[in-house]
Amino acid sequence: MTENSERRVVSVIVINEASVLSRITNLFSGRGYNITSLTVAPIPDTRYSRLTIVTAGSVRVIEQITKQLHKLIPVLKVYEHADIVEKEMALVKFPITENITDIGTLCQAYNGKIVNVGDNVVIAMVADEPHRIDNFLSIIKRYNPKEIVRGGAVALER
Amino acid sequence: MQITGAQMVIEAFIAEGVDTVFGYPGGAIMNVYDEIYKQNGFKHILNRHEQASIHAAEGYAKASGKVGVAMITSGPGFTNAVTGLADAYMDSVPLVVVSGQVPMSLIGTDGFQEIDAVGISRPCTKHNYLVTNAADLPRILKEAFYIARSGRPGPVHVDIPKDVTAQIAEFNYDIELDLETYKPHTKGNPRQIKKAIEAIAKAKRPLFYLGGGIINSNASYEVRELVHKTGIPAVETLMARGVLSYDDDLLISMLGMHGSYAANMAMSETDLVIGLGVRFDDRVTGKLSEFAKNADVIHVDIDPASISKLVNADYPIVGDVKNVVIEMLALVEQIDSDNYESWRETISNFDELHPLTFHEDTDRLKPQWVVKRVGELLGDSANISTDVGQHQMWAAQFYPFTRPNQWITSGGLGTMGFGFPAAIGVKVATPDKTSVNFTGDGSILMNVQELMTAVEKKIPVINIILNNNFLGMVRQWQTLFYNKRHSETDLSVQPDFVKLSEAFGGIGYRVTTKEEFDAALKDAVEKNVVAFIEVIVERFENVMPMVPSGGSLFNMMLLEKKETK
Repeated sequence: MTENSERRVVSVIVINEASVLSRITNLFSGRGYNITSLTVAPIPDTRYSRLTIVTAGSVRVIEQITKQLHKLIPVLKVYEHADIVEKEMALVKFPITENITDIGTLCQAYNGKIVNVGDNVVIAMVADEPHRIDNFLSIIKRYNPKEIVRGGAVALER
Repeated sequence: MQITGAQMVIEAFIAEGVDTVFGYPGGAIMNVYDEIYKQNGFKHILNRHEQASIHAAEGYAKASGKVGVAMITSGPGFTNAVTGLADAYMDSVPLVVVSGQVPMSLIGTDGFQEIDAVGISRPCTKHNYLVTNAADLPRILKEAFYIARSGRPGPVHVDIPKDVTAQIAEFNYDIELDLETYKPHTKGNPRQIKKAIEAIAKAKRPLFYLGGGIINSNASYEVRELVHKTGIPAVETLMARGVLSYDDDLLISMLGMHGSYAANMAMSETDLVIGLGVRFDDRVTGKLSEFAKNADVIHVDIDPASISKLVNADYPIVGDVKNVVIEMLALVEQIDSDNYESWRETISNFDELHPLTFHEDTDRLKPQWVVKRVGELLGDSANISTDVGQHQMWAAQFYPFTRPNQWITSGGLGTMGFGFPAAIGVKVATPDKTSVNFTGDGSILMNVQELMTAVEKKIPVINIILNNNFLGMVRQWQTLFYNKRHSETDLSVQPDFVKLSEAFGGIGYRVTTKEEFDAALKDAVEKNVVAFIEVIVERFENVMPMVPSGGSLFNMMLLEKKETK
């Protein structure tokens, strides 16, 4: 990537109809833009859905992305965020033989807790800023996590 | 009224004022073709390949300014049409293309002639629909026509499963469209327009950079007025030929890779680019960092995504060119055309230094002479289509265009095989004009089956084949940049083009001299049937000037200086 590539969060409000997601992802792949993460869910009591896309690119690329997104017929609004609250969730599965007290305490520091205990594994949940999720996932490596799933970022303008 | 999905397609076309549909039937679209058989609201032209149907609809749309309509079947019918859709998308041609699809119950089962048509057409259409219920058809078709023609025009694809064409539902076309998410911005911001006019008044060497958007917006005559009232010189893109008349003193010529020396130098020396309906295509700009390096940029376009995409606009104006130019005309007194006298002189000196010309220095006819000669003999009375390659550039450089919609070419996608079917659509749209297609010995074979369409429907297109026994443009690049390794571009083995045309029921001429050419063209115009005029031209002629790919506009390869006869 040329110029200064920056991480950006873009929210897109689209009509909740068949194939709208592929219109968006096609646009990214067809024009060579990155998707770091993508979350989609319907907006309650409307015919719209909200997508939160984390992407990266120069100022010019980000400007093109928002314009090209806006050109798609089912797209109502595109927000390229500057000042936002951003959160991401992650679930991690640990062997029950690990130090569960330590894991539970760590989770609390990242707005999380142990959410499920089974015969062989416990599942922990955290919800925090994406870079803090990165930290958390790095720290818990010592507890031999068996599976990790990240939810992708969601964001709201302040 | 309660009618079938197939009948709805017919009723919607009639309500939209469609008079011609180009197409090709097949299994999944048969219900609709059955209704075409029963109606007499529009005529159907059977092309001999689905790609040709789309190009014919494009030619029709470009010559008439209306939405072109094509109809095709599922699977291979659709995939054959994809090149046409992509071509129309790149050149912003308004089309509605209806395709058949396998019945809903078979979608996703790899049924016979099934393909994910909307999945394929998504990146090469302005919008597309898979219709899952006949009750949605009136709205979808109405939206399709509206989306195709409004804003930045483009092709809209409507895919209809066979069972949906048989479903009965209520048809009411008299509905208000509710497109909350699609509202093209057509009025330019008055404050921005005012600022742009002030910038023009201050500039010393302003230059109009005219693009195909002007033709789409039907704004050519307003643009002519603006150019004349300001006295500012203008260059045209390939797609804008005919916006200004060829004999307009303020028209420099085409710019870009094969633009004239004066046009490219003017763009390199200007201090204010006034871009109207343009998109700064790489074939126009050459090396971006050197393009109009010392200039501010006014950019008027209806597509916000075109503005500051490649070249930063200092005065961005989102709006329909026609509206914006009308607003500009109201403020035009602020501009004193005398200010640009020395700039105009500079440009005419450029033109004297390296005029756009060619040398008649070989025994064989020069292709440029053929284009010029057609211009002298037919001029304003002809609409000109082209295929893609050297002949296309020569036609753009040397034909004396006098009006918009006279020039029909594949610019963005550069589709060989475009010209002949497009010229068929052009003739259907404008029957009182002679429809001429300049083509090459490579391109013509890519949709040669359209001879049958033209013969059957008595559509007298004159194809002028500039035959150099080469894929000329690729050969030119090989000569210049690949050390003359002419890999797979020698087309010495050829059909007999005269007999080929005659085999379909057309007429053919093979000419090698000026006298023969004049006689053939005259005869073809009189006979009024589809014709091939094969002109044997100089094999190694290059299109000049030329800006090598990625080079700067001011670094042109130029025609060798010689005494012209």
